[in-house]
Amino acid sequence: MTTLDQRVGGRVGESTRRPDGIPKATGTFEFVGDLEADDMLWAATRRLYVPHARLTRVDTTPALTMDGVHAVLTQEDVPGLPYQGQIIHDQPVLAEGEVRYWGEAVAIVAADDFETARRAAAAIIVEYEPLPALTDLEEALDREEIFRHVPVRRGDLDVHGEVVVEGYYETQTVDQAPLGTEAGLAIPDGEGGVDLYPPSQWIHVDLEQLAACLGLEEDQVRVHPTGLGGAFGSREDMSVHAHLCMLALRTGRPVKTWYDRLESFAGHVKRHAARMWYRHEADRDGRLVRVEAKVLLDGGAYHMTSDAVIANSAYFAVGPYRCDTVIVDGYALRTNNPPAGAMRGFGANQVAFAYEAQMDRLAEALGMDPLELRLKNAIGPGEHLATTGQEITEPLPVREVIETIRAMPIADVDDRPIGWGLTTPAERIVRAVGYAIGFKNLAFSEGFDDYADARVVLTTDGAEVHTAASEVGQGMVTILEQIARTVLGVSRARTVWDDTAHIGSAGSSSASRQTQMTGGAVYQAALQVRRDVLDRWGGDDLDDRGVLRNGEVIVTWEDVCRDGDPSAEVRFRHPPTEEPDENGQGRLHADFSIGIERAVVDVDLELGLARVVQIDAVQDVGRALNPMQIIGQIEGGVAQGFGAALLEEVVLREGTVMNPTFTDYLLPTIEDMPPVESIIIEQPGTWGPFGAKGFAETPTIAATPAVVAALRRATGRALNRIPVRPEDIVF
Amino acid sequence: MKLNINGHETVVEVRGDENLLWVLREELHLKGAKDACLQGECGSCTVLMDGEPVCSCLVLAADAEGAEIVTVEGIGTPDEPHPIQQSLVDHGAAQCGFCTPGIVVSAYHLLETHPSPSEADVREALAGNICRCTGYGAIIRAIGDV
Repeated sequence: MTTLDQRVGGRVGESTRRPDGIPKATGTFEFVGDLEADDMLWAATRRLYVPHARLTRVDTTPALTMDGVHAVLTQEDVPGLPYQGQIIHDQPVLAEGEVRYWGEAVAIVAADDFETARRAAAAIIVEYEPLPALTDLEEALDREEIFRHVPVRRGDLDVHGEVVVEGYYETQTVDQAPLGTEAGLAIPDGEGGVDLYPPSQWIHVDLEQLAACLGLEEDQVRVHPTGLGGAFGSREDMSVHAHLCMLALRTGRPVKTWYDRLESFAGHVKRHAARMWYRHEADRDGRLVRVEAKVLLDGGAYHMTSDAVIANSAYFAVGPYRCDTVIVDGYALRTNNPPAGAMRGFGANQVAFAYEAQMDRLAEALGMDPLELRLKNAIGPGEHLATTGQEITEPLPVREVIETIRAMPIADVDDRPIGWGLTTPAERIVRAVGYAIGFKNLAFSEGFDDYADARVVLTTDGAEVHTAASEVGQGMVTILEQIARTVLGVSRARTVWDDTAHIGSAGSSSASRQTQMTGGAVYQAALQVRRDVLDRWGGDDLDDRGVLRNGEVIVTWEDVCRDGDPSAEVRFRHPPTEEPDENGQGRLHADFSIGIERAVVDVDLELGLARVVQIDAVQDVGRALNPMQIIGQIEGGVAQGFGAALLEEVVLREGTVMNPTFTDYLLPTIEDMPPVESIIIEQPGTWGPFGAKGFAETPTIAATPAVVAALRRATGRALNRIPVRPEDIVF
Repeated sequence: MKLNINGHETVVEVRGDENLLWVLREELHLKGAKDACLQGECGSCTVLMDGEPVCSCLVLAADAEGAEIVTVEGIGTPDEPHPIQQSLVDHGAAQCGFCTPGIVVSAYHLLETHPSPSEADVREALAGNICRCTGYGAIIRAIGDV
């Protein structure tokens, strides 16, 4: 097991405990679903669990006439623009004559209590005529149901290699399965506006959509950060948001709702299922000379963030490998499957499953060691990304992570019986090792104006960090306070989450971006406060007592703050990126993260059962601001990655989700989870605070192909689809 | 009906079909137990009922009458956290924290019944508690270090 240097403290580089840890462990932390308000109503949603249908009759009368029901609303009641969407506003707030995916919301109800609201929702008469559901990706492509096509053409397209490996790969639809389901509370302000407490990874992008939907000015809607039971991408798009605001504004009372697990499966986006065709060509020495890929992502019924996800799939289609001729076509497609959007890895996971399998098969064709092949093709600073041609200008230790994991001893894991009845003779239980890389961009790309606002205030009680950034559980709050304490020299810091009316956007808590982005803003703001105070008082340092000169206190914080607390507000931007040209070329990304994992897997060849017995991980982090939290992100990422390799799948039959419960959607338990040994690689970047980089998606990306690589070695099978099921191993 | 929660007798009106989790959260405002799956699969709602860990989502509130119920709030408080709670925080075993109250209750029961558990004991005792964030490593380290 990984051991940590346990230091209680608060500065950058220390394994500081998270400030919300004790409230969480004692059950006193307030999650969004725990919120209440006086005189509150409960809301419930009427959904139609049919993949595609024309609504022939929606009669709300039976609900409206029930005792205790205060409002029943449909799409006709949306006060403003009746569509929402983070990038493209194409999703009806409530179904508009048609439902286009399983579980689309048709109507919403507010009532005195939750039971009444749910019964009223069920009483609404919904009659419909089923329509054919488009659920096949190739059919969607043939029918040109294309959200976005991302082409990449680079190099001399006539170049070919002597050694050719072709492959076809599929990845499944995955649910983020955050333990906290969707919930929220909207409170009308009595003046036509509303305060909303939603589950969100980015409250300012919710605000833009909400103001439009509600037909209000942005200052009439205040969106508040809330406590979240996980996110992993599922809160990038809106869920309860507009519905609660509409009901609160209609009834003039606070309205709360909460989704049960089944409704949660219907109520948030999924990770895109993918189909991928690959052709790798190399010379006899193992140098990649040509890679071709076609990637189809299942975007489901509405755009959501598919347009950005497919860009990642296309631009990361070759991985961190050198290749001068690349042809990629990525398509995000519209179907009647559940809408897909963000999930940890954001389009990079699917292609990593494919290109890492291709690299292993190429190594086999060449008779080379798989790590040697990766080393031979690894890009580094000063070189160019195979797809976009972008020069790598930040540290990117691809070679280092490969060499480091190669040098790690393979743990001598005890020979516990594999544990499923001992029916299989020992020689039919095979242990094998697989490696895979995780590689991804950091922060937002393709010319997006990506920024984070933060305000730092120095008070007599330490530093205050003001932000709108979503703390989804990742531990950003710990990092922001460590940065503030380190820059300002004080022991105490606290985070104040401001609503959208009181601070600017922090951007999304996604894309592994908040340590660098909001962390960068806090760093710059704290530096400015520090400089201002030192200049004002003629000091040369700060500590808990006040301003110092030559180690002596020259003025205390009480005196410094007498005329107001010193503060600074900063809008932090990462290095600019460009929009792609027509061939997908350009400086499209601000930065990259690289990691590698080794999976040791035991496979019972007779029963088809697999147990991951050890994962080793080497992870690039720029600079480690909190090693304990980094280890936590690696281990958590590994769990989600091997879950996708072996267990997790949203099973779809013609667009219907067959397993929308935790009984049937299998998540890794503590019994499934192997020990994880992690090594952190520190090569400080140039623009994040103290050289830190984001990284927390790459461990998930790497784990899936690493586990499947080990399974291929153990079984000799192609295993081109995840999750790998027992029948894939046995039959 | 009367419920004995964390050593206190409480009178609460129930309709009849509510589960214990709903009564704890919505009637008694004890929001430590969490509502993540309502099928007894995730363990977020774990409480002790007469000393045994149960998923409160699967217990009819009426069936809890006469039983001693201990929730996460009865194990420690922010001012006086139980050593299990402190150790989970010290080891970074709470990320989003939604599963943490259930983990605390399961770990408390384990340590009450097995004061020096092996790692296998810890894994078995927590097999019914799903954590989506941590990958469980920090949880295992934390319970081993109480």
